[in-house]
Amino acid sequence: MSTLETGTIEPQSGTTVTLGASGDAVVIGADALKVNTIKDAGANTILTSDGSGTLSSVNSGLAGNMVFISSATASGDSSLSFTSGIDSTYDEYVFIFVNINPASNAQNFGFQCSTDGGSNYNTTVTSTTFRAYHRESGTHSALEYLTADDQAQGTAYQTISPWLDEASDASGSGILHLFAPSSTTYVKQFYSRSSAMDAGPNIQMNDFYAAGYFNTTSAIDAVAFKVASGNFDGTIYLYGIK
Amino acid sequence: MSKVVVTTVLPDSGASDLLTIGAASDSVAISGDSLNVDTLQDAGGNTIFVSDGSGTITSKNSGFPGALKLISTATASGDSSLSFTSGIDSTYDVYIFKFIDINPVTDQTSFDFNGSTDGGSNYNVTKTTTAFVAKHNEADTDAALEYRTGMDLAQSTSYQPLAYFVGNLSDECCAGEFILFNPASTVYVKHFYSRANSYAGSNYTFDCYTGGYCNTTSAVNAVDFKMSSGNFDGIIKMYGISKS
Repeated sequence: MSTLETGTIEPQSGTTVTLGASGDAVVIGADALKVNTIKDAGANTILTSDGSGTLSSVNSGLAGNMVFISSATASGDSSLSFTSGIDSTYDEYVFIFVNINPASNAQNFGFQCSTDGGSNYNTTVTSTTFRAYHRESGTHSALEYLTADDQAQGTAYQTISPWLDEASDASGSGILHLFAPSSTTYVKQFYSRSSAMDAGPNIQMNDFYAAGYFNTTSAIDAVAFKVASGNFDGTIYLYGIK
Repeated sequence: MSKVVVTTVLPDSGASDLLTIGAASDSVAISGDSLNVDTLQDAGGNTIFVSDGSGTITSKNSGFPGALKLISTATASGDSSLSFTSGIDSTYDVYIFKFIDINPVTDQTSFDFNGSTDGGSNYNVTKTTTAFVAKHNEADTDAALEYRTGMDLAQSTSYQPLAYFVGNLSDECCAGEFILFNPASTVYVKHFYSRANSYAGSNYTFDCYTGGYCNTTSAVNAVDFKMSSGNFDGIIKMYGISKS
């Protein structure tokens, strides 16, 4: 065993210093290895840091299983559409809608899918809907199926948060899961859950569930959200699940 | 091209334990099959990751991609409550709390939560909530889907049950997740919902669904979990879902 003591090792010429040979292991006995860019043996970048701890160019294989794709914010808009990023990259897409507040009272917040890149949102859907509700007054509560919000081979927007109150502090928030939208073999399954302030006869909490399938074997490549009538505020985030 | 054949390379005595390989703009190539190191830092000394030498990553840079970010973990071991008093702010619009193997000291108690708008000094946010359950007993003599009027709240500041009748035997527990939307908003009330399964003390499984809102436009900046009575063991992990 031999030991070389030095302060710096530099290439004799050129810009590459090689440590070890094939089959060797190079062990860093020191507490840390400091470097801004890590590449594999084929010179493909694994990650880059800027020297201040901010990473960039991180290889996608190091990413988590829930990947942010895009977001859209409505501010007095009539709809929000996602016309890119929905393809075969992921088998599950998650839309998180936060603080959907309609301009007019008692509006259903819903979504529809497109098979033509967003030109038309009118894919046939069969769905179920139910809710648990409870009034702030404490006088009414129930778990019930909602025939008014389900569809049987309909092409309307599917309600995922119903009867939203327009008050300035009122809104609905929830999560919609859409599975394998790019399949050209199967229908497209979805389910959602939302928590919302309902503009019913008396203000109440709605824990609303929707599930169903878009009855098409064409790929769904765009999704739109809107309230039944009028404009709304709110933010929707789109994620892919690996 | 020159070659040095050596087993160990150490910094010399004048190098202050720093061994530098290459100069700016050089590349250092590892021709060996692996590079073994526990801590990787950038040139500024900022941690990229730390491994414990057994393959467990104990720390990693927050810049690694992935929308689900672990913020913190709290473990109860005979404690009366677990509180999250930091990390709940406008960084994320969605926070997820996963509670795992919550085992109470007292039999058939509920696992509850409340929110705070003053950093955890008081857990008494006004809430209106819903509660329903699917239940089934081991004897297969009872099964139902039912609204639970005893578990909901109407403009109440009480703790909200998330899992019911949790058994206290050594193998009994509850687990689930609680999702809180945009707690930092000063415009909207704060929506949440949860789903949890409980091994109820009378040999039932309870699939508990809770929804509601904290009826305040003040920012909710702390959350507390506890049993309706007595202490408990268990783990709660808090995640944020990144906005970009």
